[in-house]
Amino acid sequence: MTRYVMVADLRRCVGCQTCAAACKHANATPPGVQWRQVLDMETGTYPQVQRTFVPVGCMHCADPPCESVCPSTATKIRPDGIVSIDYDLCIGCGYCAVACPYQARHIVHKRDLAYDKQAMANEEQRFDEGRMSVAMKCNFCQDRIDHAAETGQTPGVDPEVTPACVNSCIADALHFGDKDDPDSNVNKLLAENQTFRMHEELGTDPGFYYIWDKNE
Amino acid sequence: MSRNEPWLQTNWDWRAAGNFIGGGSGTGLAILAALASIQGTVYWPMGLIGAVLVGIGLFCVWLEIGRPWRALHVFFHPQTSWMTREAFVSALLLPVTLLAVVAAGPFLAMPTLAMGAIWAAAVLAAIYLFCQARILHASKGIPAWRHPSLMPVIIVTGLAEGAGFLLISAAFFGGGPAWMQVLLVVLLLGRWLAWRKYLADLTQTGAPNKALAVLHEATPLINIGGHIVPTVLVVLSLFTGDFGPWLAVLAGLTAIAGGWQLKFVVIARAAFNQGFALPLTPVRGTGQAGPGDKPGWNN
Repeated sequence: MTRYVMVADLRRCVGCQTCAAACKHANATPPGVQWRQVLDMETGTYPQVQRTFVPVGCMHCADPPCESVCPSTATKIRPDGIVSIDYDLCIGCGYCAVACPYQARHIVHKRDLAYDKQAMANEEQRFDEGRMSVAMKCNFCQDRIDHAAETGQTPGVDPEVTPACVNSCIADALHFGDKDDPDSNVNKLLAENQTFRMHEELGTDPGFYYIWDKNE
Repeated sequence: MSRNEPWLQTNWDWRAAGNFIGGGSGTGLAILAALASIQGTVYWPMGLIGAVLVGIGLFCVWLEIGRPWRALHVFFHPQTSWMTREAFVSALLLPVTLLAVVAAGPFLAMPTLAMGAIWAAAVLAAIYLFCQARILHASKGIPAWRHPSLMPVIIVTGLAEGAGFLLISAAFFGGGPAWMQVLLVVLLLGRWLAWRKYLADLTQTGAPNKALAVLHEATPLINIGGHIVPTVLVVLSLFTGDFGPWLAVLAGLTAIAGGWQLKFVVIARAAFNQGFALPLTPVRGTGQAGPGDKPGWNN
């Protein structure tokens, strides 16, 4: 079996938002829609205050509430663990968006431009009518992952078949790979470090791990 | 700037609330129309109004979906989706109710068929109402919806609205059993208790502060306008002779308004999402992990 997951090392993330920009570039998301974003969280009370940068997006849960509620079967769990959306099946009912506890899903009903009236050349070229009024979210750059099957490359190791956000990370904080492969990069990271997953208590079995310390 | 605290979701708005309002009132009325028919008279006008209300609710959903011409795709996932199940039940509920109307009406006059159909419609309506409660429960991203204590609120609210419509229908179309007023008071009491328990449970298990603030702010009006006033009006209607039926109509109207307000508040105004949380902060260098945070939550 294969289960692709992402691992974010919170000790390393500097909140530069390069991953967010790379995602926007790779997936041509409209203004205001971020499939990958980095939260800036302040915790503690003065003088013991900490600032943590937390990359978030679709957690590609193994038990995703968005999939079970979807009335059209547009949302599916692929055999490799990626939660994907079939834009041609989706009716844009928004049920998945209210079922997702990670605020990862977006529905855009009106074409928005970065500069009000005039579309830039890239916006004109990459506008996709099929993504209007349907749910969309991070898909772990699934086209790249699928390309790996043709080229024999390894997602998470070879940049051509690795999600754009991971490739772009300047601090080596984001990692991607197959959790079910004992020799994978992410498996080693998970074995060597202590991790948590967000909102784990909700039982969604998210595929996004946060490293907070090395193993004792 | 990123948002860490829960914020009000905008994917489901007044149109979604309209589905729960129309669906709840319509199914409540359909169920009570069957109960009222036990005495032998099939109250088909009430069944018809119930079906129309459910239809209005579904029309609201149709207005909300991004791709309305793909609406039939809603039937594709009965294995797990309560929205699909609701759609299937509605596809049966509306024709069965119409069958009861036609069979009981002056043209066919087949009372046995009408009685069977109105009872079948009541069973379907009960399932539909249950589906609506489960739709909210399955919305894991909205703490105020997913709480199990909301399900009884949705169900008893639908029934109370149905009782309100039953009183109004009886005043305009005649008939209706004598126990209607008592039933309304019982259901209002049930709604008050369910709402009270929901608020207490939600506060105890944890919810976004803003959602709790919206719910608590709306509660006095829901209680006074939707519970106390209709109850007083029902009691007065029993002792005021000629004015009784009109006071009962007013009681029905206020009971319905209270239920609609309750559902609008829950669905359109208290729908704050989960937000983000950190169980603890990372260890940098030789330091220690710091305390985590769940911004915008009451606990």
